[in-house]
Amino acid sequence: MGVNVEVREVVEQKLKGSGAEILIQSLKEQGVEVIFGYPGGAVLPIYDALHRNPIRHVLARHEQGAIHAAEGYARVSGKTGVVLATSGPGATNLVTGIADAMLDSLPLVVFTGQVASTVIGTDAFQEADIIGITQPITKHNYQVKNVEDFPRIIKEAFYIASTGRPGPVVVDIPKDISNGLLMNYVDEEVNLPGYQPTTQPNYLQIQKAALAISNSRKPLILAGAGVLAAKAASELREFVERHNVPITNTLLGLGSIDGNHNLFLGMAGMHGTYTANTAICECDVLLNIGARFDDRLTGNLAHFAPNAKVIHIDIDPAEIGKNVPTAIPIVADAGEALRALLNQDIESPDTAEWLASLAANKTEYPLQYKADKERGILPQQAIELIHRLTGGDAIVTTDVGQHQMWAAQYYKFNHPHNWVTSGGLGTMGFGFPAAIGAQLARPDEKVISIVGDAGFQMTLQELSLLQELRLPVKVVIMNNQSLGMVRQWQETFYEERYSQSLIHVQPDFVKMAEAYDIAGYKVETMEQAEAVFKEAFESNEPCLIDCRTVQMENVYPMVAPGKGLNEMIGVKNE
Amino acid sequence: MKRVITTTVINQSGVLNRVTGLLMKRQFNIESISVGHTEQPGMSKMTFVVNVEDAGKLEQLLKQLQKQIDVIKVNDITDKAMVMRELAIVKVVSPPAVRNELYAIVEPFRATVVDMSKNVTTFQVAGDPEKIEAFIDLMRPYGIKEVTRTGVSAFVRETQKTPAAQLSIL
Repeated sequence: MGVNVEVREVVEQKLKGSGAEILIQSLKEQGVEVIFGYPGGAVLPIYDALHRNPIRHVLARHEQGAIHAAEGYARVSGKTGVVLATSGPGATNLVTGIADAMLDSLPLVVFTGQVASTVIGTDAFQEADIIGITQPITKHNYQVKNVEDFPRIIKEAFYIASTGRPGPVVVDIPKDISNGLLMNYVDEEVNLPGYQPTTQPNYLQIQKAALAISNSRKPLILAGAGVLAAKAASELREFVERHNVPITNTLLGLGSIDGNHNLFLGMAGMHGTYTANTAICECDVLLNIGARFDDRLTGNLAHFAPNAKVIHIDIDPAEIGKNVPTAIPIVADAGEALRALLNQDIESPDTAEWLASLAANKTEYPLQYKADKERGILPQQAIELIHRLTGGDAIVTTDVGQHQMWAAQYYKFNHPHNWVTSGGLGTMGFGFPAAIGAQLARPDEKVISIVGDAGFQMTLQELSLLQELRLPVKVVIMNNQSLGMVRQWQETFYEERYSQSLIHVQPDFVKMAEAYDIAGYKVETMEQAEAVFKEAFESNEPCLIDCRTVQMENVYPMVAPGKGLNEMIGVKNE
Repeated sequence: MKRVITTTVINQSGVLNRVTGLLMKRQFNIESISVGHTEQPGMSKMTFVVNVEDAGKLEQLLKQLQKQIDVIKVNDITDKAMVMRELAIVKVVSPPAVRNELYAIVEPFRATVVDMSKNVTTFQVAGDPEKIEAFIDLMRPYGIKEVTRTGVSAFVRETQKTPAAQLSIL
C-alpha cells in the first residue's frame, strides 16, 4: 500500500519548467509586449528561454539606454515597462534609470541577473549587491531565494509597480534560480497585507473640497502627473470647464489639459509663466490634483500660495503635508477623486473677475523672446516651429536643462500622454532612448526627441536601435555647444565664470548619423530649419537634425533658487 | 522630541535594512532599535526610539514607514500608557573593599549579578531607559569597564486612561 501511494505522488508532480522558462511564461501572462534588455553571464538561462519562447526583445546598446526606453514606453502607454539585464555592471548601469522612474513614478519591473546563491556574498565575478544598492530608489525589490517563490514574486512585482503610486520594482534572480526546476506549484492570488493603496476618496473630504471651491473667488487648479497616471484628463477638463476654474500644470503634468485651452495659464514653477506663478500667489483656494509640491514648482515655501486654502489630492498619503500645509487632504486616485467631485452638486464659483485679471496678465506678460536674424536660430523659435509643423500632436521627449524648459514652455500639447521628460531626477541622456521606447509603444505616431547637444552624447549609442529597427524617431539636437542651463546659472549666479560648461569640440553629428545609416541634417538659419524640419517630419524614416542655436540665450522667466514665486526675473524684455 | 514607535513587519530578509535605510534616507535619527519575533509566525516587531523635530516630521516618518510593502502596522505609542523595557549589562570595577557598598546601591534597581571575577562584577539590569541611565550614572564613580544595552522594546498597556490625540491620518 505504502509503495503505491508514493508512486501516485510522483506521477502527480508535474514539471513546470526552469526558473527562466517560468519567467518568460509569466511575462506572457502579464501581457508583456516588449522587453528592453542586454544579455550577460548571469542571465544566459533567461536569454536561452527567451530564444525558445520569444517575446519581442529590444537590444539596447547600453543598459541605461534600455531602461530609459522602458520609461518612455511606460510613460506614453500607461503599461508597465520591462527591463532585463545581467548581474554586476549590467545591474549597476540601470541605477540611474531606476532612480529616474522612482522620482517620476513610472511603472517598471526590472529583472537583474545575479550570481548563483551559493556564491552570493563572496565577491564573485560580476557580483554586485543590487538589492542593497536599489533599496532606497525602488518602490520595492526582491531577491528570489527559492524557485517555488518565483511565480508569486513576478506577479507581486507587476502588481506593486503598476498600482497605487506607480514605481520601479527590481527582481534579482540568482543564476541557480533561473536554472532551477519548478515542480507543481499553487498559483496564488497576490496577497500583500502591507500594501493596500487607497484609491477611493473619503466622501466627507470631497464634500469639503467641493464646498471650498464653490465658495472661493480665486480658485486655481494645479494638475500634476497623477492626473495622467490615473488617465483622468477628460474628467479634469470637464471639471475645469464646468466650474470655470483656471488651471496650471507642473512640468510632468503638461498635457493633462490642452495647451491652448483658454483656462490654462501655462506651466508653473521655476520657469513657469508669470500668469501661472502669480495665480499661485494670489489664489484663495489651490486644488492640487496629483502633484507633489516639488521644490522646482514651489520655490521658497514661505512665499508659496500664502493666501490659499490648500486641497491636495494624492494617491500617496506621504505626499500630503510633506512640503505644504494642507487644509483638505484627500488620499485617492486622481480619477476617482475627480469623478467624485463632478458628482457633487455645487454651485460654480463666481470667477469672472479672477479670470479677467489672469487674462490681463496673460496679455501683458506672455512668454517672450527677442528674435534676431543676425544671431541665428533662437531655441524658442525652433520649438515653436516644431509645434507648428506637428500641430501639437506629436509625442515629445526631452532630457533636462534649457531645451527641456523651452519645450515645456513652447510646445503646447493637444493630447495627454505625449510628453516624456525627466522631471524629478533631471537625467541627461534620458530623452533619446525614451523616444525609442515611446515609438515602440505607439508605432504610428510622430515622436520627436528634443535633446541638448551634451545630453544626447550621453546615450547616443542607441542610434544603433534607430538603424536596426528603422524607427521613425526624429532627433532634434538643440545645439548651443554648451551645457546651457549650467552656463545660464554661471552667468546669473557666478559672475559669468563659465567653468566647464562651454563645449568647443563636438563630433560632426551629421556624419555620425550617416555612420548609423540615418539621414542627418545641419541647420543654422530659420529658413533652413523650416525646410528641413518639414521634410524630416513628413518622412517615415529616422533622422537626426543638428539644429545650431544661439549659445547665450537664457530661459526666462525664472524664479531664482531660494526665492518665492512672486520674485520672478526676466518677465519682460526691456 | 523623542518618540517611541512600534512597527509590525513581515519577517523577510532585508526588512530591518529597509526600515533603517528609509530612516537614513529621510534623515531621521534613530536612538535605539530592537527587533524580535512575535506570537504570529512570519511577523516581527520592531521598536525604535527616534528624535524628530516636530509633528510634521513625525507624521512624515510614520507615513513613509507605512508605505513600505513589508511593514504591516505602524504605531507611535509615545503618548499612550505603555510598558517600556530595556536590558543593560554593565561591567563594574569592584575590588572587595567596595563590593558591599556596590551591592547596596544595586539592590533598589533589582539588578542581578550575572558574572564575577576577582575585581570585576557584571550586573544585569532591566527597566525603562531612565532607570538604566540612573543605574549607569551610579556605577560610573566605581569605574565602568563596559556597557551594552539592548535598546527599547515596548507594549501598549491594555487599559488606557485617556485616549491619546491621533497624530497621523493613517
